[in-house]
Amino acid sequence: MSEPTKQRHLLQGNEAIVEGALTAGCRFFAGYPITPASEIAEQLSIKLPAVNGTFIQMEDEIASIGAIIGASLAGVKSMTATSGPGFSLMQENLGFACVAEVPCVIVNVMRGGPSTGLPTSPAQGDVQMARWGTHGDHSIVVLAVSTVMDSFTITVKAFNIAEKYRVPVILLSDEVVAHTRECVELPDTSEIKVVDRIRPSVPPDWYKPYEGDARGVAPMAAFGDGYRHHVTGLIHDIMGFPTQKPGEVEEFHLRQTKKITRGFPDIQMTKGYFLDDAETFVIAYGAVARSALRAVQDAREAGIKVGLLQLITLFPFPRRTVAPLLGQCRSVLIPEMNLGQMSREIQRVNQGSCNVVKYNRIDGKFITPREIYGQLIKL
Amino acid sequence: MNGQQKTQERYEIRFSGSGGQGLITAAVVFAEAVGVYDGKYVCQTQSYGPEARGGKSKAEVVISSRPIDYPKALELDLLLAMNQAACDAYFYDLKQNGLLVVDSGLVEQHPTSRIIAIPFTDIAKEEIGRKLVANMVALGAVGLLSGQVNLDNLEKALLARVPKGTEEMNSRALQRGIEEARKINLNDLPRSVMSDDYDEV
Repeated sequence: MSEPTKQRHLLQGNEAIVEGALTAGCRFFAGYPITPASEIAEQLSIKLPAVNGTFIQMEDEIASIGAIIGASLAGVKSMTATSGPGFSLMQENLGFACVAEVPCVIVNVMRGGPSTGLPTSPAQGDVQMARWGTHGDHSIVVLAVSTVMDSFTITVKAFNIAEKYRVPVILLSDEVVAHTRECVELPDTSEIKVVDRIRPSVPPDWYKPYEGDARGVAPMAAFGDGYRHHVTGLIHDIMGFPTQKPGEVEEFHLRQTKKITRGFPDIQMTKGYFLDDAETFVIAYGAVARSALRAVQDAREAGIKVGLLQLITLFPFPRRTVAPLLGQCRSVLIPEMNLGQMSREIQRVNQGSCNVVKYNRIDGKFITPREIYGQLIKL
Repeated sequence: MNGQQKTQERYEIRFSGSGGQGLITAAVVFAEAVGVYDGKYVCQTQSYGPEARGGKSKAEVVISSRPIDYPKALELDLLLAMNQAACDAYFYDLKQNGLLVVDSGLVEQHPTSRIIAIPFTDIAKEEIGRKLVANMVALGAVGLLSGQVNLDNLEKALLARVPKGTEEMNSRALQRGIEEARKINLNDLPRSVMSDDYDEV
């Protein structure tokens, strides 16, 4: 939409996700339009063909995620984007991507739910679904963006994590971030770290498609590379064939968990503001983190020792950052545009040492700094 | 001189009227001029959904020399109202000494005497020849009155966004808005005595 000038661009959050995806090397997108995510598909339908990538508008979201899984198995970095109703449909195939360890990025621009809900209103109601929406124990990474610049950098990071750990990554945005235009200076591509999946270094006959390396991640051959292998949604052995042997089943699950656990320092991202001497603090994510930052700055000016921890990685839950702060502060406020989906994670790791206060809004309205400030002064 | 002169961190503008008046376009052009060309921090948001198509429509621009946390308007420094409904609804979001700019042909009941009334739509229709560019006349006026944007950059940003073949018309509309706004002396506007007291604190 906007013409590039002096490397500065006025972009919507959704457009910045597109730029991030292209920079990360995404060359395949399959999706179905839905408010408030449609701009992502719209932009990629123009930009992907221009870089020899592929854009497909599918018949629905089930097919969309199926297509990106297929593309990724064929060796192409791929992404889809949707909102709550479409994300619900994607859950079955999302489980397949988890079990078959197919790197891919699924963007969910959250709107009011459940069902068709509130199409044009912001919400953060899909947080627990992003973690646990598909059935069975599984490893998954969930990231949340709060600014247009984030929408660019975290999208690159999402692809990097997906490739490095062979895991689907859910990128949560919301209607506010998606449609806000901000001026951003996009870094030169040479300054950006882009990670590609590790390919097998052994001859095809020796290839064991699901044997983890030291990190627990298996090198990934692309379909057509000559490494004939089997991909299935059934629990499989290191050769990729179904197994029910308890030892192999357990090993499969533990490796999937371990590869993410070992990556915690790399995967778990947070941003802290005014935390050093904080006596109380706010934990927020997505657009709400922006309202919280404003409220915290206002409270600091009024002499209140309050800090802000912004979660970028929601899952795996950044316990190592959160727990010490819960020990340091007497109270924590968790404002969310849902009835308390991240606050339950915080309560889980709290062990009773900190007073956990929720502030929730589910009326389709964005939480304002004034509301958070009003809660802060009562902590 | 007065409180309005002190440098402030945020400057907030709302472009409002009815859907179809091109207020979002005006806000996007303004944001692009301030952000891309002037190099300041800027956030632009808009009402989204059914209300953007008829009824009340609004688009906001927040400008700052520092990174912007909350992206929407908190207290308006300038409100542009291109119809009565928008003027009535959003007047209360204005700061005490904020600027209320209305289309005098479309807003007949003024909520305050501290008002800048310019016939944007009439100027567009009669002088430029197209009612459609009333938003650009208003944009020119807002550009000058807010004092937040380099007016040459505003024109550059405008020309980069409008369809080919309409550059001249849009440019003329913008310049007419700037001209009209130049006739206004902001110091002549009535001010709240109350807020001067508050500024001292």
